[in-house]
Amino acid sequence: MRVLWGRRSAAIGLVIVVAIVTAAAFAPWIAPHDPVQQRLLGRLRPPGAPAHPLGTDNFGRDVLSRLLFGSRISILVGVVSVAIAAGVGILFGLLGGYYGGVLDQWLMRLIDILIAFPVVLLAIAIVAFLGGGLLNLMLAVGISSVPPFARLVRSEVISQRGRDYVEAARALGAGHGRLMGRHILPNSMSAIVVLSTLRISTAILTESSLSFLGLGVGPPTPTWGNMVAEGTKFLQTAPWISIVPGAAIMLMVLAFNLFGDGLRDALDPRLKGEGG
Amino acid sequence: MFHRVLVTIPTVLGVVTLAFVLIHVAPGDPAELLLGDYVGVTPQVLSELREYLGLGLPLPVQYVKYVTNVLRGDLGRSFRTNQSVASEIIGQAPFTLALAAAGIILAVTVGIPTGIVAAVRRNSLADYATTTVAMFWLASPGFWFGILLIYFLAYRLGWFPVFGAGTWDNWRSLLAHLALPAVAIGVRSAALIARMTRSALLEVLSQDYIRTARAKGLAGGAVILRHALRNAAIPIVTIIGLDIAYLLGGAVVTETVFSRPGLGKLVVDAIHARDYPMVQGAIMVFAFGILLINLLVDLSYAFIDPRVRYS
Repeated sequence: MRVLWGRRSAAIGLVIVVAIVTAAAFAPWIAPHDPVQQRLLGRLRPPGAPAHPLGTDNFGRDVLSRLLFGSRISILVGVVSVAIAAGVGILFGLLGGYYGGVLDQWLMRLIDILIAFPVVLLAIAIVAFLGGGLLNLMLAVGISSVPPFARLVRSEVISQRGRDYVEAARALGAGHGRLMGRHILPNSMSAIVVLSTLRISTAILTESSLSFLGLGVGPPTPTWGNMVAEGTKFLQTAPWISIVPGAAIMLMVLAFNLFGDGLRDALDPRLKGEGG
Repeated sequence: MFHRVLVTIPTVLGVVTLAFVLIHVAPGDPAELLLGDYVGVTPQVLSELREYLGLGLPLPVQYVKYVTNVLRGDLGRSFRTNQSVASEIIGQAPFTLALAAAGIILAVTVGIPTGIVAAVRRNSLADYATTTVAMFWLASPGFWFGILLIYFLAYRLGWFPVFGAGTWDNWRSLLAHLALPAVAIGVRSAALIARMTRSALLEVLSQDYIRTARAKGLAGGAVILRHALRNAAIPIVTIIGLDIAYLLGGAVVTETVFSRPGLGKLVVDAIHARDYPMVQGAIMVFAFGILLINLLVDLSYAFIDPRVRYS
């Protein structure tokens, strides 16, 4: 932790992440208005008024309140989908890297196929065929983020499996499962944590793109992506409706990137260049 | 080299298989989905349509039929327009290719020189500016940046047309319509390329042979261009290749923001219309394009670095 605080940019990133997560957690208490309540008489109010610091949208809904509630979807999808990706990726990487051979070849071929699709497009395809909704959204973003985890864990396992400590554990009678789970995996954990932090920002960007395209969590539930999309119809007269949530996405992604970069420099300098 | 081409084949087959699997895990029966909105659908009509679509056949038979059709270039018919999916894709592809090409050209012409300057003048104001701007651009969602461009450069200043792709017979209109989307899609890649150029070059510049080249009196520019850049080329080309894949994914969003025709818009419209064969076909074409680019990038290593051989 001290190493992290020593780096100003990483500390700034962490502070912003904590601030956004806190705001999301306490949204019902700090939001000045109900995020979905329409007030047609107060439509398209520009930012600056005390009642609506960030203005109102085309239905007269308070943009600040929607922003606060919308952050929940971004964070939820970002964290859960990366957890899914890490879980599947760790499993693939462990099995492929540890056992090698045909199993490894098949698993890595599968990863090659996933890599042939751009992340956004793969997620779109999955949502298109499974249908929308929060769960499918997290699944789609999660599956499309599996490849970097699988590759990272596989290369870690390959570099660890011949080491003396693994041989020692094996000599003491540890089985395959124990060797993988108790000995090899913990030694790769810092790399996995760093990659996870960096991939959360990619996941948030993917989720916001899907929401923007109308393939994520639909209205009236506010998400930063669908707020930007709804605002595009009023871009000429009320640009803040789109610009404000877009800026929020950028800030959050920036914060996770800064924090992740700092974490990487502190925990695992070998990872430089991964996860972008 | 031949071997490298050969190992792509299973992946191509895998992509086709994945496309096939996707449509069969979709909830509901395609025939019902296709007729869903029409009144007066009788069970007889449904079963006739099922037969016509080949849905009654056993799954393995459908699969083999599908793969052979795809290999012959037949991607099926659109549920919505009943046109051949392949011909619609061919009709839309030029717009997306133009957008992607313009984006990449922009990204390379901005990214590489900026990265070189940042590396050569390390810790200067130019370096800090490049790193900071790149950091912001890498964090900003493509659709949002596109919207900012539309708002400021098209609405407020009126310099560019906002929607569509222009008319084919007028190259000025084509270019004017291409400018903003190309910037929107290329800016992120430019940031990525600048960052990679900077770090790859910094690594090379600390090597002994660079000191030797300088010591024997070569001019600074020649050292950078002839010795350093050439040795930093592989990571730069790699990141460009990887980023083309990301950029093609970005085309989906960018085309939607600018209401521009193209494969991305085709996919999004097809999803909203539940036109599964069209979604399946277009996504597959995207994946083939990316596999082709990856192949070209791998093969280009042999030209950049004579030590790389594919035998």
